[in-house]
Amino acid sequence: MLAVLNAKLKKRAELLAAARLFFACRGVLEVNTPVLAPAGSTDPLLDSFTTQLEGGSVASQTLYLQTSPEFYMKRLLAEGSGAIYQLGPCFRNGELSQRHNPEFLMLEWYRPDWDLAQLEAECCTLVDELLGEAPYARMTYKQAFIDFVGLDPFAASLADLRNACQACSAIDADQLDRDGCLDLLLSHQLEPALKGLERVILYEFPASQAALAQIHQDASGNQVASRFELYVKGLELANAYQELTLASEQAKRFAAGNAQRRALGKPEVIADTQLIAALEQGLPDCSGIALGFDRLIMLALGATCLDEVQTFSAYRW
Amino acid sequence: MANYATNEFKGGLKFMLDSDPCSMIDIEHIKPGKGQAFTRVKYRNLNSGRVGEKTFKSGDNVEAADVMDIDMEFLYTDGEFWHFMKTDGSFEQLGADAKALGETSKWLKEQEVYLVTLYNGAPITVTAPNFIVLPVAETDPGLKGDTAQGGSKPAILPTGASVRVPLFVNEGDLLKIDTRTGEYVSRA
Repeated sequence: MLAVLNAKLKKRAELLAAARLFFACRGVLEVNTPVLAPAGSTDPLLDSFTTQLEGGSVASQTLYLQTSPEFYMKRLLAEGSGAIYQLGPCFRNGELSQRHNPEFLMLEWYRPDWDLAQLEAECCTLVDELLGEAPYARMTYKQAFIDFVGLDPFAASLADLRNACQACSAIDADQLDRDGCLDLLLSHQLEPALKGLERVILYEFPASQAALAQIHQDASGNQVASRFELYVKGLELANAYQELTLASEQAKRFAAGNAQRRALGKPEVIADTQLIAALEQGLPDCSGIALGFDRLIMLALGATCLDEVQTFSAYRW
Repeated sequence: MANYATNEFKGGLKFMLDSDPCSMIDIEHIKPGKGQAFTRVKYRNLNSGRVGEKTFKSGDNVEAADVMDIDMEFLYTDGEFWHFMKTDGSFEQLGADAKALGETSKWLKEQEVYLVTLYNGAPITVTAPNFIVLPVAETDPGLKGDTAQGGSKPAILPTGASVRVPLFVNEGDLLKIDTRTGEYVSRA
């Protein structure tokens, strides 16, 4: 038992050191930003932990544990920090499974003046260094769906999407919207198919799944997000954006997120007005990426469950 | 009946699906980093015994099934029903039909205690204890000297079940059997 514990602690320490060395060699600065903040993510599909600030010299207020360090890191970028990375805990309520834990370690980094292709190359180099080299397959979201799910995610009718969902998962699909159907097909059909592939870069997600990424038009005229995800053996490891820099668009997406939250019966989240102000000041064109570091350790150790690689997961609180 | 939301799902939870009572076997939370959460449930249909999978949207509800697991001792069969008695001191008896008994008929033994699942008060499944001791009714003669390694042969139990046993086993020997796999464990 002690040998297993030592091996996992040592592997974690080695990978953290290797990641830090990787960025140090490339002139990317390590930063620490607050994990506890008065604004949170309005993403309707992410739930923040909240807590209450009491006493001290400020008024009582609700604070959010960060679902990612994105907003503060963008504020640093807007202030002229240059390339930065952060290794720190993120918190997502209601997420607990073999591949989820309500608290997990995220590696997030931003590259001013880089486009998504440059960031993708750097991400692959980092993963090669940490997990060993392996071939990368690149495929668009659309092509992956056509090949592995058997339908075009942009052209298929909602009825066809729902039928496919019902067929593969027995879900009562009549309540699912388009993105809900696509998420289900991705997790039930596409991800299992990707298990057989060492590493996959999936890119050009539907514009409705852009989150904080820019939107462009693909070769066949579909609106797509400037976003990619890295899958290793079918495990979602990293998510990257060509970052949205337009303050007005960002404000719109915050409002839309809260509107969707209301529709889902979820509490609204206080949007980060400081981030909007920072974008108004000017966020440099940049690309950014978040990588689940505990999952990377899982892959490095050949583990099948986060619980095997975290010191104390929620299963062992 | 009560409802259960997806965050209350757990192994063993009894719920209604398409008007059949089912029992959850395995629950998996599925969520892409930026996407909707789902709960995939592997379940056993308690009427048919069949195992299936169904995915629920996070937050969906299922209706609880009026299902109860109780310990009951097997008494006898009249050919149509297999009669069990409650072990709670009430001596109350219930009859299970062949469908409820299913594969468990292979491991039936008088005075043994079984887990009987009641749906609306009537038995719908009978589960054998994990290990059971039964005598060999019929097998080829034992081979002297062969105590451990090499070879196996079929042995027929009084219930009609056939298990693979080592060559040294004789008729009349008591065998310990794992009812979940149907495999011989040891002589008892």
